Amino acid sequence: MGLTVTEKILAAHAGAAAVRPGEIIDCGVDFVFANDITAPLTIREFQRMGVGRVFDPDRVAFVLDHYVPNKDIPSANQAKITREFVRAHGLPHFYDIGRAGIAHVLLAEEGFVGPGDVFIGADSHTCNHGALGAFATGVGSSDLAAAMAMGRLWLRVPETVRYVFTGRPRPWVTGKDLVLSIIGTIGVDGARYGAMEFTGETLAHLTMDERFSITNMAIEAGAKNGIMEPDERTLAWITPRARRPFRVVRSDPDAVYADVRTIDAAALEPVVSAPSSPGNVVPVREAAGVRVDQCFIGTCTNGRIEDLRTAATILAGRTVHRDTRLLVIPATPAIYRQAMDEGLIRIFLDAGAAVSTSTCGPCIGGHMGVLAEGEVCVSTSSRNFVGRMGHKTSRVYLSNAAVAAATAITGKLTHPSDVVGEAVGARAS
Amino acid sequence: MIIRGRAHVVGHHVDTDVIIPARYLVTADAAELAAHVFEDLDPTLRERIGGGDILVAGENFGQGSSREHAPIAIKGAGIAGVAAISFARIFYRNAFNIGLPLLECPGAHGGVRDGDEVEIDFGAGTVRNVTRGERYGGQPIPQFMQQLVDAGGIVPYVRARAGRS
Repeated sequence: MGLTVTEKILAAHAGAAAVRPGEIIDCGVDFVFANDITAPLTIREFQRMGVGRVFDPDRVAFVLDHYVPNKDIPSANQAKITREFVRAHGLPHFYDIGRAGIAHVLLAEEGFVGPGDVFIGADSHTCNHGALGAFATGVGSSDLAAAMAMGRLWLRVPETVRYVFTGRPRPWVTGKDLVLSIIGTIGVDGARYGAMEFTGETLAHLTMDERFSITNMAIEAGAKNGIMEPDERTLAWITPRARRPFRVVRSDPDAVYADVRTIDAAALEPVVSAPSSPGNVVPVREAAGVRVDQCFIGTCTNGRIEDLRTAATILAGRTVHRDTRLLVIPATPAIYRQAMDEGLIRIFLDAGAAVSTSTCGPCIGGHMGVLAEGEVCVSTSSRNFVGRMGHKTSRVYLSNAAVAAATAITGKLTHPSDVVGEAVGARAS
Repeated sequence: MIIRGRAHVVGHHVDTDVIIPARYLVTADAAELAAHVFEDLDPTLRERIGGGDILVAGENFGQGSSREHAPIAIKGAGIAGVAAISFARIFYRNAFNIGLPLLECPGAHGGVRDGDEVEIDFGAGTVRNVTRGERYGGQPIPQFMQQLVDAGGIVPYVRARAGRS
């Protein structure tokens, strides 16, 4: 009886020939990280564990990304706790303001995760890295402290559901729309405790940036991890970046799945998650016309260069609606620099957008774009729960970058084809 | 382990953003976090919770972020344990790690009303509604989680393991 890619990776890290869903394993980890919100608690619990040193300084990162640049004295104090711990332990992989980006995008970009790895982060969107063929999952601060102390963590082996995409996506349909469409179908707990394995011919049409958007949002279906088997595009992306040797792992042909679902990607439209659940998914056409106060392009889900290029395609030579604000936040300094070199930042500024240094800020209603009472935002982020981006009566629609950009121009929820035409959104490959 | 207390009932898919909004995640202090627990879900709930009370929830309780501040805020407000139809996985781990016991019990959510006196038996996996004389069957805590609970949480568990190696 064969194994899925998730089971194979976990078996290899548990020192077992095979593992089965439901089994509790003592699993070795390849890399761990925490952010400025989760690190202070991680550090406190780590110190209570009394082990003294982290298991391997080269396999631990701290990234300040949520409340940076620090928004107030308490958030500055939290960052200080992390800084002092990093210095005291001589940890080499610390990303402070100026060098920091949104952790999931940054740590992949910096090559800290590769195919076949077990990657644990004190941040729920750690599942992001599954696009590289790694087992990556988010945990809380105490679990992260345990992994940081021992280089191991107990895990329950998840059952896997296979999602097979067929067909070539239509213009303006992105990886984000694919994953939102799945969540809309199976619900926000449709993959609870499980592994989501994404596969099918459609993936060949998707950039790595789009693939990351898909695995990034596995948590929004309740999943433990989302994963894709590496292909040539994956290897071309990771090979020049990887800091450690990696191992390509694929599912066995006779692997056992809890379910196999097929999604006709060619039949999908651009969609949004309407307030106030990621599972409340409707085609953009059905929600079009809703008046919008703010549009936000950024986050670990959609703040990558491909998202910024798409937005710039729509915004070039156009102006943000006078009753609407547009925030653009490149996910990392490298993406910011690339956007600058490609002339995208100029396009955003000319259009009347605010462009910020990398931060998670608006996505969590933390700072840099908090919503007022009753305001509406179209956001490329991953969550639209009540109060997520500000006041509890504010409302958030989750979308891809093209929809957010088109909406910023018209001031109401808009299909990109209604601003620039369908041909512009067609895929090159 | 058996706990008994007054029940507060919440709905399905209660997420960590309404349990403790991110704007308050600039501290790890339980009392400070507890002051804002459930603020965006029901601003009166915090005031109604007393020490030793029990929370009864629907499906997928604790969905969303990995913030351990969520179970810390709930425990800090005085909640002694939670029975829900189901829990989101990161919340599930976090709650046990910080010493807030959880029980998956599908029947409790439909049967228990706000203010009922209820008893959770984590070992047996049952919830007893003292007020209404009803009993609801659930899943006993998995053996491994019971070992974690018996050890006193993840911190003593790691201390014990580190001491052996």
